[in-house]
Amino acid sequence: MNFADNIDYPPVLRRPTVFLPILVVLFLGLLRADAVDWPVARAVLSGMGLAPGPSLAMPVAAGLAALIGANLWIVTGLRTRWQVWAVWAELALLLAVFFVSFNLSYAFIQRKIWILLSVGLVNTLLISACSIVFAFVLALIGAIAKLSSNGLALGVANFYTSLFRGIPLLMQIYLIYLGLPQVGIVVDAIPAGIAALSLCYGAYMTEIFRGGIESIPRGQWEAARALGLRPGDTLFRVILPQAMRVIIPPTGNQFIAMLKDSSLVSVVGVWELMYLARTQGQSEFRHIEMMITASLIYWAFSIALEMIQARVERHFGRDHVR
Amino acid sequence: MSADPPVEIRGLSKWFGAFRALDGIDLTIGAAERLVICGPSGSGKSTLIRTINALESFQEGEIRVGGVRLTREPAAVRAIRLQVGMVFQQFNLFPHMTVLENCALPLRRVRGLAPETARDRAMSYLDKVRIPEQADKYPAQLSGGQQQRVAIARALAMEPRLMLLDEPTSALDPEMVKEVLDTMVALAADGMTMAVVTHEMGFARHFATREIFMDQGRIIEQGPTEAFFADPREERTRTFLRQVLRRD
Ligand SMILES: Nc1ncnc2c1ncn2[C@@H]1O[C@H](COP(=O)(O)OP(=O)(O)O)[C@@H](O)[C@H]1O
Ligand SMILES: [Mg+2]
Repeated sequence: MNFADNIDYPPVLRRPTVFLPILVVLFLGLLRADAVDWPVARAVLSGMGLAPGPSLAMPVAAGLAALIGANLWIVTGLRTRWQVWAVWAELALLLAVFFVSFNLSYAFIQRKIWILLSVGLVNTLLISACSIVFAFVLALIGAIAKLSSNGLALGVANFYTSLFRGIPLLMQIYLIYLGLPQVGIVVDAIPAGIAALSLCYGAYMTEIFRGGIESIPRGQWEAARALGLRPGDTLFRVILPQAMRVIIPPTGNQFIAMLKDSSLVSVVGVWELMYLARTQGQSEFRHIEMMITASLIYWAFSIALEMIQARVERHFGRDHVR
Repeated sequence: MSADPPVEIRGLSKWFGAFRALDGIDLTIGAAERLVICGPSGSGKSTLIRTINALESFQEGEIRVGGVRLTREPAAVRAIRLQVGMVFQQFNLFPHMTVLENCALPLRRVRGLAPETARDRAMSYLDKVRIPEQADKYPAQLSGGQQQRVAIARALAMEPRLMLLDEPTSALDPEMVKEVLDTMVALAADGMTMAVVTHEMGFARHFATREIFMDQGRIIEQGPTEAFFADPREERTRTFLRQVLRRD
C-alpha cells in the first residue's frame, strides 16, 4: 500500500482522552434513549428475573455502554485484516437486527421470491448486462472521437455527451419509448430501456475513457509511432491497456450505479426487479418485505460487480508488481 | 539498398507558434556516418532529430530519408519510419509488456512476421545488447541502463537504415551510462548509421565521425571530430566546449 507509512501511530480510539469521553457519551446517549425500554434490554432483564423499570435505567445504560466500549477496545486491538472482518460482521449483524425489527413475514417473502427472481431479476440483469456492453463500446467510440482532430467526429461526440449527460435518464427513457414512435420508429420497452441506459452511461463513460487515454504520457504514443505501429495498434495494444488502470475503477462505479438505475426502466412497463417488488407487496400491504428482499438482491449483485472489478484491476495492474 | 544518403535536409525551418525552433538547417548524413549533435539546452537538437521521422512537423525546407521525401502522406511517413530507429531519453518502453513483447510487437504488427519468427528475432537483438536473460521481465523490474538497452534492441530489431538517439544516457545514473555507451560503440562497429544527441564529450570524441554544434535553431559549426575538438572556429562553440569539458 502506497498510503501506509512505516510508522505505528497509537490507535486513536484507545487513547484515554478519546476512549473515556466516548464511554461517557455512550452512557448518556443510551440513558437519553431509554435503553432500558428496548426489547433487547427487556428480554435480558426478565431472563435475569428482574422487572424492567425506571430504577434500572442507569445500570442498563452503564452495562450497555461498557459492552460497546469493550467491543470497541477489542476490535481496535486486532490486526487490520481481522478488524475489517470484525467490522463487516458487526455492521451486517446490526443491519440484520434492523430488518428483523420490522416483524417481517417470511412466509410472504418465500411465496413471492420466485417471481422476483425469475422475472424481475432476470429482466434487471438482462437490461444491465446489455447496457454495460453497449455503454462500454459507446464510451470507447466517444473517447476516440473526442481525441481525434476530425471535426465531424468531434462535433457528434461533443453533442452526444452534452445531451445525454444533460437530461435526466428518466426523460431519455420516455423520449426513446414514447418519442421515437412519433417519427415512425416503434421500440419495445426492454430495447428502449437498454438504449436509454447505454446512451446515458456511454456518455458519462466517454469522459472517463478520454481522461484515461489522456493520462498516458506522450512518450508512449511517440515510441509506438516511431516504431511504425499503425493508429489502431497504437491505441489498442499500447495506450488502452495502460489507460485501463485509470479507466476501470470509475467504470466499475458506473456499472454498479447502472444496475440500480435500470429500475427506472419500469416506467415504460418493464417488469424488472424494483417494479415487481413494489407491485407484489401492494396487494397485501407487505411493502417492507419486498423492498428489503429486492434491496438485498441488488446489493448481492453490486458486490459481484465489485469483485469482478477487483479482478480486472489486478489483471491490468500486473506490470506494476515489482 | 538505394544509393541515396540516409538523410538529406535542405533549408529546414520550424516554428512553434511564433518561436523559430529550427532556422534553415542543411544537413546530409551519409551511410555509416556517426554524427554527434551537441549544443546548449533549447538549441533545437531534439526538434531536429524528431522532425526526421515526423514526430514533429516542419514548415519550410525538405527532408529526404533514403531518397523518400517526407510529406504528411501516410505512405511517405510510414516508409520513413520503417527506415529510422529512434531511442528516447526516457526509454519509453511499453510498461505493460515484457521486454520480449516490447521487441516482438512491432516485428509482428509492422513487419508482419509470424509470432515465432518475431520472438526469435527479438531474442537475437536482446542478445546483441547483452540482456537475453531479462526477456521475460517487465520494464519496471530493470535498471535504467538495462531499460535503455532494451529500447535500443527494440529499435534495432526493426532493422532500420539509421538510428536516432536523443540524449540516450541523460536519464541514467552515472554507473549505468557506460553500458549504454558501450552498446552504441558495438553498433558503430556493425556499420550502423547514427545521429546521437549527447553531452558525453569524452564518448563523442572517439565515437563520432562528425560533430555538429547547434545554437538557437541553427547549425553553428560542424566538422570531422578531430578538427572540431582540436580547433573550433566559432567563439560560441569554444565557450560551449569549455563548459561541458570542464564538467567531465
Ligand atoms: N512542443 C513545443 N512547443 C513549444 N515550444 C517548444 C516545443 N518543443 C520545444 N520547444 C522549444 O523549442 C526549442 C528547442 O527545443 P529542443 O529541440 O527540445 O531543444 P534541445 O533538445 O536542444 O534542448 C526550445 O526553446 C523549446 O522551448
Ligand atoms: Mg532535447
